[in-house]
Amino acid sequence: MLVEVRVKLKEQVLDPQGEAIRRVLSGLGYGEIEQVRVGKLMLLEVAGTDAPEVRSRVEEACKEVLANPVIEEYEVRLP
Amino acid sequence: MKWDAPATVELAREHGLSQKEYERILSDLGRVPNLTELGIFAALWSEHCSYKSSRIHLKKFPMRGPRVVQGPGENAGVVDLGQGWVTVFKMESHNHPSFIEPYQGAATGVGGILRDVFTMGARPVMLLDSLRFGALDASRMTHLVDGVVRGIGDYGNCVGVPTVGGEVDFHPSYNGNILVNAMCVGVARADGIFYGRASGPGNRVVYLGSKTGRDGIHGATMASDVFDESASAKRPTVQVGDPFTEKLLIECCLELMGDGLVVGIQDMGAAGLTSSAFEMAARAGCGLTLDLSKVPARERGMTPYELMLSESQERMVLVVTPDNVAPVLDVCGRWGLDAIEIGTVIPESEVVASFDGRQAFRLPLAPLVDEAPRYERPWVPPVPAAAVTLPKLHDRDWEADLRELLASPVFASSRPIWQQYDQSVGASTVVGPGADAALQLVEGTNIGLAATTDCNALACSLDPFNGAAQAVAEAVRNLACVGAEPIGVTDCLNFGSPENPGIMGQFVAAVDGLAEACRAFEVPVVSGNVSFYNETSGTAIQPTPTVGMVGVVPEVRCRPRSHWQVGDAIYLLGPLEGELGGSRYLQIVLGLEAGPVPGVDYEAERRSAAVARELVRLGLAAAKDLSDGGLAVAAVEMSAGTVGCKLTLPSGVSPVRALFGEWRGGFLLTAPVPLEPALERACHGLPLTRLGIAGGTKLVVAHGRKTVLEVPVAELAALGEKGLGWLYEA
Repeated sequence: MLVEVRVKLKEQVLDPQGEAIRRVLSGLGYGEIEQVRVGKLMLLEVAGTDAPEVRSRVEEACKEVLANPVIEEYEVRLP
Repeated sequence: MKWDAPATVELAREHGLSQKEYERILSDLGRVPNLTELGIFAALWSEHCSYKSSRIHLKKFPMRGPRVVQGPGENAGVVDLGQGWVTVFKMESHNHPSFIEPYQGAATGVGGILRDVFTMGARPVMLLDSLRFGALDASRMTHLVDGVVRGIGDYGNCVGVPTVGGEVDFHPSYNGNILVNAMCVGVARADGIFYGRASGPGNRVVYLGSKTGRDGIHGATMASDVFDESASAKRPTVQVGDPFTEKLLIECCLELMGDGLVVGIQDMGAAGLTSSAFEMAARAGCGLTLDLSKVPARERGMTPYELMLSESQERMVLVVTPDNVAPVLDVCGRWGLDAIEIGTVIPESEVVASFDGRQAFRLPLAPLVDEAPRYERPWVPPVPAAAVTLPKLHDRDWEADLRELLASPVFASSRPIWQQYDQSVGASTVVGPGADAALQLVEGTNIGLAATTDCNALACSLDPFNGAAQAVAEAVRNLACVGAEPIGVTDCLNFGSPENPGIMGQFVAAVDGLAEACRAFEVPVVSGNVSFYNETSGTAIQPTPTVGMVGVVPEVRCRPRSHWQVGDAIYLLGPLEGELGGSRYLQIVLGLEAGPVPGVDYEAERRSAAVARELVRLGLAAAKDLSDGGLAVAAVEMSAGTVGCKLTLPSGVSPVRALFGEWRGGFLLTAPVPLEPALERACHGLPLTRLGIAGGTKLVVAHGRKTVLEVPVAELAALGEKGLGWLYEA
């Protein structure tokens, strides 16, 4: 099944990339865009049909490699 | 808990303050502080900010000298280079953050030490890193090594300051507490130095740089805490660095200072706005008012507590005369940086802050800074490790021993680390990483600025006094290898908990050893940092007093070589035999961490370093100092894996002590045959032995008439290349 993993920086963590984008937007006249936070969307094709089992494996992968739990949070979405 | 709620003894404990300290706060203030005030006390009275356990001992360092412009107490030390130039340098630890989040922890460590240097008006020109990791098979260790190295590289590379040197070592005592000590060296014109002083009542306080977020709150108290299993709960406090903003800050601040637009300047490092506000005011004997509502906040709803204690990176505090506020804001705007006036200098010795139109806190300076607690912690003098009975060490398979030594991570080539660093941005690097010391030209001159970091923690664990003194001697020798004369020291003293009398005893002995050696070599200590509580679940690290030493070459005429060339004559300047106590040979080959570690023979070291320095400056010889692994390892390094040699040890010496003995000072010197008479004349009166000639592809060592070692240098070099090679794939 196709599993969606969204990874983003924790709310309190500085996002230099998002801030750089905000500055560019502001310079181009999009001053109303007050904050930008950049995250990652990963699409995983996972073999398996047991949803709880798939979710638990993908969450394990998130903790180990797809996200850095120290500064990032992740969300796993199943179809 | 609201930011202005009254403090309690329980809250004080949660902030790392003892019952006694809390009672002192109550009596100093004559009232109960609010939560924000308590947080400020906790930060400024933390070990990290107050040096409460170390200060009385640090006074023993020699801190003055004819070249010293500014000693300890400012953001960094300043030493005269001659010809109207000064160098500004400091080393600082970022151990705890790097263990929690290696990439960001190491990166922000680099960012912090850069700010300490450019805040003095100097342009940062060199970065060095002294790293200590655990056993590579320990949990998370390869991840930590990889993260730290990438963090240092990415930050330094983005900000455009070359990383030119440092050292790395591995020992299981760092399994739960790695060390990341970053050193920055800058240069400035002698009349262009600025200080972190908030002087001149009526002057304005300007906030410059990134917005304040909720990151890093209580970093200073975390750094003063022992790790335990619950450390993961403290994780959200990790700060994220932004090297591109830092680059803008460097250029903006140097322009502001160059134009004479600021009175005082300091970065917001550990304990953020709290430490910069209170320290700048205390140094100037003035006070400040702050309007915390004006502090640029990254998130909505930030409280005075958070605004005062956040450790968001890339922020500065400027003190500016009222007339100069507008021009300052102009310059900052041109660099694309946010700057805003947030307060005023007042004559009273206090900091008064308002928030949302009412008073947030009002605190006198004296109890927080100058009269912060000082402890003379109980300590037990360490007992230096004694000699053990060694097995018979003659007629061994020296080749197997040498291979075993070189295959250890301790001797692994650090190339996979420093190849990730930009070593030459700025186009002033003469000698970069991988040599004994780094050497740079001061831009537009022929003045050579050299730097090295050194510490043999194994020796310090066996004998803190002699180990620390030996670290200073090694730094002096390393500088001599690039022709530099030592002019100043910064130190980063990494130890376990000072509340343990045994650890405190290690600290006191190491400080005494450093002080004795710095006095003997006439090198003042001008800046430094103490990192205590480097332990996990009761296990302390090896005492690691890292020495960062800066040297000068008045006029660089040629590039020092660190390898020999075919046909070079090879000499040993110094004793033929070293000692095995505390040596890498005992540790790695025999599995013994045993003493004794000898003291430094200062007179001999001074004389041989002076000669080596002169020969290198004149281009007469290449020099390599004998340290870890002794003569054998020095010879392998000088061969660079390409050119072999044939050396003969006199039949009367002990092969093991000649090949692998340490602590003898001394250098391997190599020179083309026509220069031999000049070399021998220069070394007149010193112990000098001609060992042989460079050439061929093998390292050949004869003991009298018997060949005791014959092995291709390419194979030996390959052993060292393997150790950290996995970093290329990581």
